[in-house]
Amino acid sequence: MSDALLSVSGLTRRFDVSKPLLNRVIEREDRQFLTAAADVAFEIRRGETFALVGESGSGKSTIAKMIVGLLEPSEGEIRFDGKGMDFASGSAMRALRRRFQMIFQDPFASLNPRWRVGDIIAEPIRTFGLLRGAAIGAEVGRLLDLVGLSASDAEKFPHEFSGGQRQRIAIARALSSKPEFIVCDEPTSALDVSVQAQILNLMRDLQDEFGLTYLLISHDLSVVRHMSNRIGVLYLGRLVEVAEAKRLFTEPQHPYTQMLLAAVPDLALSGRRRTPVTGEIPNPINPPPGCAFHPRCPHVMDHCRTDAPASHPTASGEAACHLLAPSRAAAQTAQD
Amino acid sequence: MTDFTPENRPSIFFRAWDSDVAYSFRRSPLAITAALVSLVIILAAIFAPWLAPHDPFNPASLNLMDGFTPPMEPNAFTGNVYWLGTDNQGRDVFSTILYGARISLFVGFMAVLFAMVLGITLGLIAGYRGGWLDSLLMRVADVQLTFPSILLALLIFGVARGFIPPAYREAMAIWVLIVAIGLSDWVQYARVVRGATMVEKNKEYVQAARVIGAHPTKILVRHILPNVMGPVLVIATIGLALAIIAEATLSFLGVGVPATQPSLGTLIRIGQGFLFSGEWWILLFPAVTLLALALSVNLLGDWLRDALNPRLR
Amino acid sequence: MTAISNKPPLLSVRDLVVEFPTRRGTLRALDQVSFDIAEGEVLGMVGESGAGKSLTGAAIIGLLEPPGRIAGGEVWLRGERIDNLSVEKMRRIRGRRIGMVFQDPLTSLNPLYTVAEQLIETIRTHIDVSEKEARKRAIALLDRVGIPAAARRIDDYPHHFSGGMRQRVVIALALSAEPELVIADEPTTALDVSGQAQIIDVLKDICAERGASVMLITHDMGVIAETADRVAVLYAGRMAEIGPVRDVVQAAEHPYTAGLMGAIPTLTQTADRLTQIPGSMPRLNAIPQGCAFNPRCPRVFDRCRAERPELIARASGRHVACWLYETETENV
Repeated sequence: MSDALLSVSGLTRRFDVSKPLLNRVIEREDRQFLTAAADVAFEIRRGETFALVGESGSGKSTIAKMIVGLLEPSEGEIRFDGKGMDFASGSAMRALRRRFQMIFQDPFASLNPRWRVGDIIAEPIRTFGLLRGAAIGAEVGRLLDLVGLSASDAEKFPHEFSGGQRQRIAIARALSSKPEFIVCDEPTSALDVSVQAQILNLMRDLQDEFGLTYLLISHDLSVVRHMSNRIGVLYLGRLVEVAEAKRLFTEPQHPYTQMLLAAVPDLALSGRRRTPVTGEIPNPINPPPGCAFHPRCPHVMDHCRTDAPASHPTASGEAACHLLAPSRAAAQTAQD
Repeated sequence: MTDFTPENRPSIFFRAWDSDVAYSFRRSPLAITAALVSLVIILAAIFAPWLAPHDPFNPASLNLMDGFTPPMEPNAFTGNVYWLGTDNQGRDVFSTILYGARISLFVGFMAVLFAMVLGITLGLIAGYRGGWLDSLLMRVADVQLTFPSILLALLIFGVARGFIPPAYREAMAIWVLIVAIGLSDWVQYARVVRGATMVEKNKEYVQAARVIGAHPTKILVRHILPNVMGPVLVIATIGLALAIIAEATLSFLGVGVPATQPSLGTLIRIGQGFLFSGEWWILLFPAVTLLALALSVNLLGDWLRDALNPRLR
Repeated sequence: MTAISNKPPLLSVRDLVVEFPTRRGTLRALDQVSFDIAEGEVLGMVGESGAGKSLTGAAIIGLLEPPGRIAGGEVWLRGERIDNLSVEKMRRIRGRRIGMVFQDPLTSLNPLYTVAEQLIETIRTHIDVSEKEARKRAIALLDRVGIPAAARRIDDYPHHFSGGMRQRVVIALALSAEPELVIADEPTTALDVSGQAQIIDVLKDICAERGASVMLITHDMGVIAETADRVAVLYAGRMAEIGPVRDVVQAAEHPYTAGLMGAIPTLTQTADRLTQIPGSMPRLNAIPQGCAFNPRCPRVFDRCRAERPELIARASGRHVACWLYETETENV
């Protein structure tokens, strides 16, 4: 418990997707809400890489944004190093904010095109007042060097760099406030594979050097497998399974995790055909009752349609599935 | 803003010359012509006191005998020759045009500046804050758009005159005019800036600034503003042409600047009285100048819009 | 270059050059690209963004965006030269003989018409059948690509379908005129993992059934590995390596391909670090002399910096543009 750097509990975010008032009155519709994250709870331990995977609409980016304060949670609590995050309180948050950073998906949008690279990287230093004067320039040069660029690049504008180089700049900016925790939201999904390898290796090296803790958001299971210690699987805003990375891939417990793994293309040419997935992700405005996955689940049982499953412990984590309920698991073993 | 030593960096001049906009400019004869015409008129207006052969506002230097001299012909009484002739009071038309353009341009630039500052500020706030404030500002803008702007300027002008004591009216007239034209024109800046702000504020570089807790004012001014200035510049250029015409219209209607400080519009108003009595030059030359100025600035704005639009390139 | 038989290839691209004139000089986006696609074959086309893979597809179907133009080379479709056809003739080949599937299904479907209208129109433009017969074929097609209740859903508009379903509709549309070749440009990139496998299966199976060849353009080696018969690797607008997919994926010969394969994280690997190719692909205005890959190549030698390597034939129909293999062939 003590080694948890970040913990979230009961984290929920609803978006109001209602039509404008006038339309609602005329069309006699109620307000509509989209639940992008529902009662999500997990812990990230100091020094580890925790990954959240899921398909589009699974709520992984919503959760990342709530953690760094870009979105306000509808319910739930986020604790960083034991302290509750209260983004409304400016002064109290200032000290905490310096300790976490974010790396974004699109390196073409995450750097202000009108700013010089040096100013982009120095922005956190100046905002937190960490250094002044010439020391800032020296620090920017050091950071550029650290991410594999040269100090003279500080004078250039973002458009003079390739996608991979821009992502390095974004990483340098994230490191400039000397954070302990970095949220990486699809850091390589806009990059080509050879560049992706460079960035992933760089992220690893930096983690080793500075003891960073990462929250990695990705839809790419092979990237997640390569980078993380523990993985949380999201489906329709619900955390369906958390497990140690290696275990998740060898012994997936939740039927959705199993389905997701079976759908990954096979580069090893083992002759394995991907198992075609049945059905599609339901509309998150009207998620299915009971277990949200039940319409696509091959093991669906009657009470899956009515009761939402609780989280049950597994070998290396937990999974929210009725199949894993202790009573049922016992019955299963007896049958075998 | 920067703490870094410049090091084999191309000069600002070279980078400007090498930019896509400059390239597009060099390849557009229309844009070059328009820029030249605007530049000549603007420079002539700025340096009017040194360029003008006469000071049309100094009653001491005026000779009523010089009145109604046709262009390039010696005056029947004094024998003086004026390039563009003189008006009824013997003022040199060429000089009045130089001084008139000075006032027209001053009013135009100031009105655009006023509208721009107001529109950008409200647009940034509306776009970034959203919610009820956005709805309120944009509904006000919608309502204002339903009135013709010249009507609105007339209204503002009339109301303002009512508040200003008669002694100051003459001196304040030009500022009232600027505010009237500016107020009737802020809406388009606000709308464009609001739209662009709503796009920019969701980009990741703004989110990155929010993550470190940067102050909203700083985000608006340092991050978003530089990225929404492109379209604003285009509107401002076209807006300058419109403001000059609006000023001329108001002055023509007699509600603009006082006759002691005639703008191009005032000159046209004065000139039209003599058109049918044969003294055509008093009207024609100020009118042609106004047309050339408004048209070339407008063409420049059109070109700028195309040059900055990546889809048309 | 055809590996399997001496039957003439369905599509033959020879020394294709695509250029973009810009104010800073002409950029050569494709430089002497040659390859064949055999009857019924699935050819994968991979490369990083900017390598020219989508451009190759666009050049073949005559849809290069101006000012891009074919500046050299030839494209032959079943013995008929098609790169110099008139716009009108090319339009008739597109859709009828070459079907297209793009990354974003929304660009291929007209939002104002129902799926039925679009399918029936395409079928009747290219094949002489009655409206009723066309509708029957359309429903059968939709059913085949896996759209549930096709007979009812055919009258829906494109926005009624989800992303994955829309891509199925696009595949049906591409195949409606029974083309000989389907060019699929990143057909699964916009989809989630769970939807990707379905689309790839549908595309592969239905083309196999109808004997259509496929040119599958993608950056996803996983998709290529399980779908393609042969794979072509492009680098900076040039062909680096082309050959049977198993050979190329498991024993790449070109140092670039080898680096690319090592850079992909897999679900089974245990290595802590990924192989990385230093640097990035050159911009089109700064392609180095000699082999385009030489500044990043771990096995570079003098000749690579001076001379550009041609495609060199290797065992089992593989071709590699790399000087490493030149001496060996001379000895053979």
